[in-house]
Amino acid sequence: MQLDHRARQLVRYLPVLPAVLLLLVFLAGPVVWAFQASLTNAGLTGRSARNPEWVGLENYQRLLADPAFPLSLGLTVLFVGGSAVIGQNLLGLAIALLMRRARPAVSSLAGTAVVAAWVLPEIVAAFAAYAYFSKDGTLNQLLGSLGLGRPEWLYAFPMVAVMLANTWRGTAFSMLVYRAALNDVPAEISEAAQMDGARGWQRLLFITLPMIRGSIATNLMLITLQTLAVFTLVWVMTAGGPANASATLPVLAYTEAFKFGDIGYGTAVASVLILIGAVFGAVYIRLLKEPRP
Amino acid sequence: MHRALKTLSLFASAVVVLSACSPGTPDEGTKTLKVAYQKTDSFTALDTMFQAAKQEFEAANQGVTVELQPIEGNDDDYGTKLALALRSPSTAPDVFYEDTFKVRSDVDAGYLLKLDPLLEGWADWEKYDDAAKAAGKADDGGTYAVPLGTDTRAIWYNKKVLAAAGVSDPWQPRSWQDILDTARKIKTNDPSVIPFNMYAGKGTGEGTVMQGFYELLYGTGSSLYDEESKKWVVGSAGFRDSLAFLRTLYDEGLAVTPAEALDANVWKKVFGEWFPNGKLGATVEGSYAPSFWQEGGSYAWPAYEQEMGVAPFPTQNGEAPGAVSMSGGWTLAVGAETKDPDLAFKFLTTAMNEKNSLAFTVESSQIAVRSDVADDPGYQGANPFVKDVSELVSVTRYRPATSDYPRISAAVQEATEAVITGSRTPEQAAADYDAAVTDIVGADKTVRK
Repeated sequence: MQLDHRARQLVRYLPVLPAVLLLLVFLAGPVVWAFQASLTNAGLTGRSARNPEWVGLENYQRLLADPAFPLSLGLTVLFVGGSAVIGQNLLGLAIALLMRRARPAVSSLAGTAVVAAWVLPEIVAAFAAYAYFSKDGTLNQLLGSLGLGRPEWLYAFPMVAVMLANTWRGTAFSMLVYRAALNDVPAEISEAAQMDGARGWQRLLFITLPMIRGSIATNLMLITLQTLAVFTLVWVMTAGGPANASATLPVLAYTEAFKFGDIGYGTAVASVLILIGAVFGAVYIRLLKEPRP
Repeated sequence: MHRALKTLSLFASAVVVLSACSPGTPDEGTKTLKVAYQKTDSFTALDTMFQAAKQEFEAANQGVTVELQPIEGNDDDYGTKLALALRSPSTAPDVFYEDTFKVRSDVDAGYLLKLDPLLEGWADWEKYDDAAKAAGKADDGGTYAVPLGTDTRAIWYNKKVLAAAGVSDPWQPRSWQDILDTARKIKTNDPSVIPFNMYAGKGTGEGTVMQGFYELLYGTGSSLYDEESKKWVVGSAGFRDSLAFLRTLYDEGLAVTPAEALDANVWKKVFGEWFPNGKLGATVEGSYAPSFWQEGGSYAWPAYEQEMGVAPFPTQNGEAPGAVSMSGGWTLAVGAETKDPDLAFKFLTTAMNEKNSLAFTVESSQIAVRSDVADDPGYQGANPFVKDVSELVSVTRYRPATSDYPRISAAVQEATEAVITGSRTPEQAAADYDAAVTDIVGADKTVRK
C-alpha cells in the first residue's frame, strides 16, 4: 500500500515535469552559466578562449572601477523610470481611462493604433523608430515644415529618442492591462462616490486607483523587467552612442562580451542586470502581498 | 526532503530518456564540409567564388556535400558570429573566411588548423608573395591561413570638384598642410561641398582607424605598437598631432558634421551619393573603392574611371618615404576541429585556384597576392587605379594583430570621437587614451615614446 501511495505521488509530478525541465534548461541554465562565466576571464578569442581561468571577483572589481559602469547604470535607471514606469505606465492608464469615455468606434480605433506598435517584431519597431527620429526622418520633416528646426535627435538627444520609442512600443501592454482592470471596478461604487459629491479626479484617486492596485503592481513589475532587458531598440537606434550617451546595461554587456571579446566581463555586467531585475521583482511582489486596505 | 529527492530522481530518469533520443551518427558514405563566410548586399564576390568552388568540388569528389553558410553582417558582426560558431566543435565550420588581424588571437584560442604539412603538397603556394604569406603566420612560425588578397589605403579625390576650385590635376599633397590648404580652397569656392573627409568616431569602427587615424599617426613617425619591445606606445606627440589635425578638419567644417561622422552608414553616402554627385572633394579610402563603382557594384558609376583620382596619403611634413598606407586583408582558414583536414584543405585549394582567385580579386578590387593573378592582363586592366594602389604596398603598414588590439582600437576610436565632437581637446583625449591603454594591457606593457 505504501508503495502504491508513493507511486501515486510521483505520478502527480508528471504533468509539470516538462515545464520544470524547460525552465531549468532554458532559464536557470543560462543564468547559472552566465554567473559562472563572470568569475572567469573567458574570451571570445585568444588564449583565454581555450583555457578560461578562474579569476574570482576580479571582473566585478573592474566593473566598480570602470567609469562606464555608473554612467550605464544611471542611464538604465533613467530609461526604465522614464519610458516604463512613467511613460508606458501613465500613458497606458490615461488611454485606458479615456477609452471608457470615448465612443466605441473612436475607442477601438485608438486601441488598434496603440496595439499596432506592440505587435510589430522588435527589430521592425526599432527600424521604424530609427527612420522616424533620424536626421531626414519623419519627425524632422514634420518639425521642418512647421519651421521648428531639425535637431539631430539620435545624436543630440539619444536618450530622449530611445525613451520615446520605447514608450511608443510598450504602451499597448499597460493599456490592455488597465482596460481589463478598469472593467472589474464595479460601477456602483463610483456612482455612490459621485452621489457623495466626489469630483472626477477624486473618484480616480480615492476609488479607482486603490481598487486596481494589484493590477498596477503587476503591470509595473512586468514592464520594468521588460524594459530592463530592452536591447534591440537601443542597439538599432543609437548602438549606445554617441560616446556611450545611450549605453544602457544590456548594450554595455553586449559591447564588452562580443565587440571586445571579453565574455567574462560582459557576463559580469549581465549578472548585475539580473540582480537588479531580481530586486525590482522582489519589491513588486512584496507590494502585491500587502493586505488590501 | 523526501519530496525533493523524488523530484530529483524524476529529473534523472528524464535526462536518461532524453539523451537516448539524440540523433545517431550520420551515414559514413557521405561527407559534409561546412564553409562559413561573409556576404552583404555590397559584398557578394566571395559568395560567387564559393558557389563556383562548390560546383567544381562536388563534381570532382563524389559523395561530398559542401554546405555553404553565408553570414550576412558587417565585419564586426561577422567576426563575432564566426567566433561564437568556432567555440563549439559541433558548430565550427571546416573552412572559413578569416580577417588577417584576427589570425593570431584565433590561433591562440585553438580555432585554426596548422596548415604547414598540407601546404607542402600544394604547388600553387610558391606563387604567393612573402609579405602576404606572413599575414597567415602565428607566433610559433607556423602558417594557419592562406591569404585571399590584400589592400592599401590612399586619398581618393573627385577631379571635377578639385578642378572647380582651381586645383591642378593630378593632385598630390606633400604634407598635412597641403591637404588643409586644398580643402580650404574647395570650401571657399563652394561651401556646399564637403572638401576632405576622414572617418572618425566609433560609428565607423575599424574604418575610423584604418582609413583615417592610422594614416595620420604612422605619418608622424610614431606608431601604435613597438614591435621590438612588444609594448604599446603611449604619450607620443604624433598621437596628439593626429588628433589635432582631425579637430582642425572637423572644426573648420572641412569634413562631414560630427553627427554624420558618427553614423555607421556614412561610408555608403561617400561611395553612393557624395562622390558620384560631386558633393565630396576627397577622402581616405581603401584600394577596393572601385569595386563599389564598377559594373555590377553596389553603387555602379561608370564615369568613376574619368572623374576619380587617387593619391598616396602624405606624411606629416613630407618626411621620407613621403607616403603612408595601411593594409589589411582576408584569408581562408581550416577549422582545428575539422573531421577530415585533407578534404577541407582540398576544398580550400579548389576555392583558391587560379581561375577563382582571379575572378575574386577582380570583382572585389583586391590587390593580388599570387604572381599568376598579378601578371594576368584581366587583373591589370580591371580598373585604371590598380597600378597606383598596388605600388603603395612598398610603404604600407599592418595593424598589430594581438588579442588586445580590438580594445586598443576602440580606445583610439573613442579618442577621435571625443575630439571631433569637441568634448575633449586633443591633449585631453590623448591623455584619456594613454590611461585606457595602461588599463587594458598593464603599465609594464606600455612604452613612452
